Order: sequence, then structure tokens, then C-alpha cells
Amino acid sequence: MAKTYTVRSKGGRISFQFSKRTFSILLLLTAIAFGLFIFSLSMGSRFIQPVDVLLHLIGQGEGNSFVLNTLRIPRTLLAVLVGASLAVSGLILQGLIRNPLASPDIIGITSGASFGAIMFIVFWMGTVPIAYQSLWAIAGAFAVSCLIYLLSWKKGVKPITLVLMGIGISAIMKACVTFTLVLSDTMTTTKSYIWLTGSLYGSTMKDVTAMLPWVMIILPIVMVLARTMNVKELGDDLATGLGVKVQAKRLFFLLMSVTLAGVAVAFAGGIEFVGLMAPHVARMIIGRSFIALVPASALVGSILVMLADLVARTAFLPLDVPAGVFTAAIGAPFFIYLLYQQRNR
Amino acid sequence: MRSLIKKDSSKALLFAGFIVLMLVFFMLSISLGQTSISLKATIHAFLQFDESDPNSVIVMTSRLSRALIATVVGSSLAISGALMQALTRNPLAAPDLLGINAGGLFFIVISIVFFSTESLTGYMWTAFLGAAIAGMLVFLLGSIGRDGLTPVKIVLAGAAISALFASFTQGLLIVNEQSIQSILFWMAGSVSGRSIDMLIPVLPYILGATIVALLLGRSINVLLSGDDIAKGLGQRTLLLKITMGVLVVFLAGGSVAVAGSIGFVGFLVPHIVKKLVGPDHRWVLPYCAVVGASLLLAADLAARFLIMPQEVPIGVMTAVAGAPLFVYLVRKGLKTGG
Repeated sequence: MAKTYTVRSKGGRISFQFSKRTFSILLLLTAIAFGLFIFSLSMGSRFIQPVDVLLHLIGQGEGNSFVLNTLRIPRTLLAVLVGASLAVSGLILQGLIRNPLASPDIIGITSGASFGAIMFIVFWMGTVPIAYQSLWAIAGAFAVSCLIYLLSWKKGVKPITLVLMGIGISAIMKACVTFTLVLSDTMTTTKSYIWLTGSLYGSTMKDVTAMLPWVMIILPIVMVLARTMNVKELGDDLATGLGVKVQAKRLFFLLMSVTLAGVAVAFAGGIEFVGLMAPHVARMIIGRSFIALVPASALVGSILVMLADLVARTAFLPLDVPAGVFTAAIGAPFFIYLLYQQRNR
Repeated sequence: MRSLIKKDSSKALLFAGFIVLMLVFFMLSISLGQTSISLKATIHAFLQFDESDPNSVIVMTSRLSRALIATVVGSSLAISGALMQALTRNPLAAPDLLGINAGGLFFIVISIVFFSTESLTGYMWTAFLGAAIAGMLVFLLGSIGRDGLTPVKIVLAGAAISALFASFTQGLLIVNEQSIQSILFWMAGSVSGRSIDMLIPVLPYILGATIVALLLGRSINVLLSGDDIAKGLGQRTLLLKITMGVLVVFLAGGSVAVAGSIGFVGFLVPHIVKKLVGPDHRWVLPYCAVVGASLLLAADLAARFLIMPQEVPIGVMTAVAGAPLFVYLVRKGLKTGG
């Protein structure tokens, strides 16, 4: 069986198995993401030759350092991180809930994060350092997820109850956001509104360094624990039979997913449907192995958000349209396609 | 479903009670607010309108239209909710949850941004169109597949369509910044600051649809016993369903055109009513009209006083009232049935 690569720790508690095909697909995705990254850096109100961009990245370029260092590089890097976190967050949820229609925005996690961040923008903006905004968003995401989880709890949590509960709770959260916006002045309202749609405008290197650790820590953890996820997709009873502590593991994965979604919302606002789309696209090209799906979804998510942001900031110059509009424009029809595909399940 | 009231005579009595309650709320809505106007002065303003008297002006220009709009919108949302719950046999159906409001809103925004529509009739027809398109989409998406129209599928379809329309609306608003203020006004869902002129073009359609809906009570009862039984009893079920759909479009679309998207009224009221009088739609529909109007009038009153001198958007009030019931129903577990 030379068609697979296996990496195994002593005692076999941690093991990865990639088929060669999967491996080459992952390489290809990485290459596409990198290409798009470079392209995205060279596009904008001022075009920079991709070669110059590459030279700049290895420290040889001249003359473009303001545009690249302060404007485009942070923004594009953040797009990569946000896309990856949303995608993996959605991947976990879809596995957990065993419903292909689940994603952090649909089951209400994003709405909690939005509410937390809006509270911050309206009440503390200007008096408290901006870095705390992400904490508020994460706290909001956590609080709302706990609420949804507890309310759905009835001797264990049924996936579909979780989804419906999420829809109800996010309606309440949206009402809370509207309420908070009414209390604020017009300028804050416009600002919050753009943020709510999901925009990467004005990202700085500080945002990137603040977000990077979250992603760098959580993604490997998810990959390591991924094989129990494969088992869980078989169903609660079977997974229990195979020795997986179902409820405890479910809670843990849920926490990972919530954190990723909360962080993404904190830095980029409500970029919708990426968490829904990316895992599906990854599954179409990779198959069902959860462990390879983690990096694949992350890459696909990054590509999606980079593309959306690229179109958003270049297509309507001089306007800078929030990237969330474009992810929704692709994502909602995709959701409808999924509903259609799922019609007999 | 076990109802609290069983005898027809007591149902009629309670109905009369609710009408009185609605009228009381209506009068309170006119007289209470930032400047309270005594009941006597209110009645005086009705009987003898005097331009120099500030109370008269307040009553006739802002308060009266506000109370009327709350009444009409509340009752039509509640009826459209009851119709949708019967049509889809789904306790979670309501114009806002199934994306009909979002559709109406999106089309209004398109018409403002691209066709610079300013006439109220224009808003109204675009809202009807949007409501119809969104409703059909959700209905089609929810009913594809072997097991037909399941509550879960239709709610998911509704959430998807709402999200789709909502993000398109947001996108349009951000590209077209100058219209953001006038449109946000619609989006939040409110019965205040709207002149009576906005209600008048929509009123005939809403009233007509309400009357037709009230007449359909008996047929809806038959429909709820199941498609096969209804057909066996000689009912043209398809025709009835299409009629109900059209009524929903007029009622919900009309409400959106007047007051924007006000959530949870169409969901909450039919449930309260069915708990009170049982599933007989000859009672449910008229009760919905009156209870819906009372609820929205009451919510609007509360919205004025909570954070004086500002006002809570009424959609927030209704969400706070309605969402717990949604949570409760989901917890209890979904069963199909009107």
C-alpha cells in the first residue's frame, strides 16, 4: 500500500493517514492560495507587478512598501486567517450536528459574537483599547452558544434541535443589536452597520498578530483530535459503542468551533456563508476523511475570503464594499443547492 | 390541542372582551406618550379638530396614524401567521421566519436604489412582489424531497432565503450610501413616524384579504384534517392553498410596505389564540385579528416608555415577547399539525 502516507506517534494515540491523492490535492490548494495571495497583493487602485510583490516579500523590492506593508499585506493575511477559522468552525459544526446545513452563522454563534462586538463599539469605543473588541466578540459567541446548548439540552442534545434553537436565538440577538444601535448616535450606527456586514477594511498588522495565535493553536488541536470526529459522524450510538465519550467530546469540539467563529467575527465582522461553503467544497474534492478535511477546508475558506475581499475592494473603486456581501451572494445560492441536494434525507 | 375555553358562548364573550381590550389599547396609544393627552382632550380632538390646539394636532397627525397602523399591521401579521401555519402544517411558520418579510424588504430597497421609486403605491407593489417571490421560493425549497414539507426543512429554507435577501439588502445599502437613512427606517420595523398616507393605499388590499381569510375558516378546518380527507369531502384543496398563499402575500407584504419587518407577531399570536380557543379556524382567525392588533398596540405603548425620551424599535419588543415561545416550542419537540 504505497498509496498512503502514515504518520504515527508511539503507542498510536495520534496518527495521520493521507492518501497520495489527498496529499497532492492539498499541495495544489496551497499553491492556489499562495498564487491568489500574490495576485491579491498586486491588485488595487494602484497595480503592482506580481514580480515586484514577490521581490518585496523576500525583502528586495523598493518603492511599494507603504501600499504593501500597511494596506494590502495585513488585509490579505487577515482574509486568510478569517477564512480558515470560519471554514474549520463550520467543518466542526457540520460534523457535530451531522447536518450539512450547519454553520456558525446559521446556528446563531455569529449573531452572539456580533452582539458582543456591537456592545463594545457602541459603549466603549474610544475609551478602551480596540484589542478588547475581539474579547467581547468571543465572549458573546461563547455566551450565546452556551445558551443555545443549554436550551437544547434534553438528556443530551439532538442536532436538529440545536439548529432550530440557533435560528430562534439569533433572532433575539439581532433584536438586541438593533436595540443597541438605536441607542447609539448616527456615526456609530453607520460604522457598526458596515462592520456587521463583514469587512476587512482598515486591517492592520496588529490585527493579524492578535488573531494568528488563536488559529495556530486551535487548528492543530482539531487535526490531532480529528479521528474521533470521523467516528462521531457514524452516529451517537455507534460512536459510544466504539468508545468515544460522545457528550464530552461534542462539548469540546463545540468550544473549538465557537472560539474560531468568535475570533473571526471579532476581526472581520459577519462574513457569512464561508463556514457553510468551504467544508462542502473541501469534501467534494477530498472525500470524507476528517483529518485531511481540516487543512483542506481551511485553505478553501482562505481562498474564498481572499477572493471575496479582492472583488469587494477592486470592482467598485473607489468604493470599498464589505466582503461579506460577496460571500453571501455566492453562499446563499449554494445553501439552496444544498437544500435541494439533501431533499431525500 | 386542548383549549382553555370550550363552549362557543364563552368564546364569543371572550372575543367581545378582546375587542374592548383592543379599543382600550387604541385609546391609550393615542393619549399616552411623551406628552400625555387626557382622554377628554383626545375625544375633543376627534369631534372638533382645532389647528391652534397642540393636543389636537398631536392626536390627529401623529398619534392616530400610529395607532391605526399598529392595529392594521398587528392584525394582518397575526392572520397571515395563522394562515401560514395552517398552510404548511408547521407550528414554526410565520412571515418573518419564512423569509417573506425579508423578501418584501429587499424588493423595496431595490426599487428605491435602482428605480428611485418614491410613490407609496410603488413600494406597496414591490413589497407584494417580493413577498410572493420569497414565499414561493421557501415553499418550493421546503417541499422538495420524498417526505414533502417538513417543519425543519421549511424553517431552514426560510432562514436561508432570509439570509440571502438580508445580505443583498445590506450590500445595496452600502454601495448606495445616500439612501441608507431612509431605508434603515424600514428595516428596523416601526409603526412610528409614518403618516396615515402610507397606510391608505395598502388598506383596501389588507382589508379585502382579511375579510376573505375570515370567510375561509371552515374550509381551513377541513384542509387541516388532511389533504386526502379534504379532497374526499369535495374540497378543491389546491385552489384553497393558492388562495391562502395569495392572502399571505397581501397581508404580510402589505404590512412590510407600511411598517417594515416586525418579527414574531405572526408567530406568537396564532399560538396564544389556539391555546385559548382550540384549533377551530372559524374562531382562530377573528381572534388572531383582534389579539394581534392588541398585542402590537401594547408593544408599541411599552416601546414608548421603556427608554424615554427615545423609543425602542417595536420589532425588538415583539422579538423579546415572541422568541421565548419559539424556544419553548423547539424544546418541546416539533410535531406536524396546524
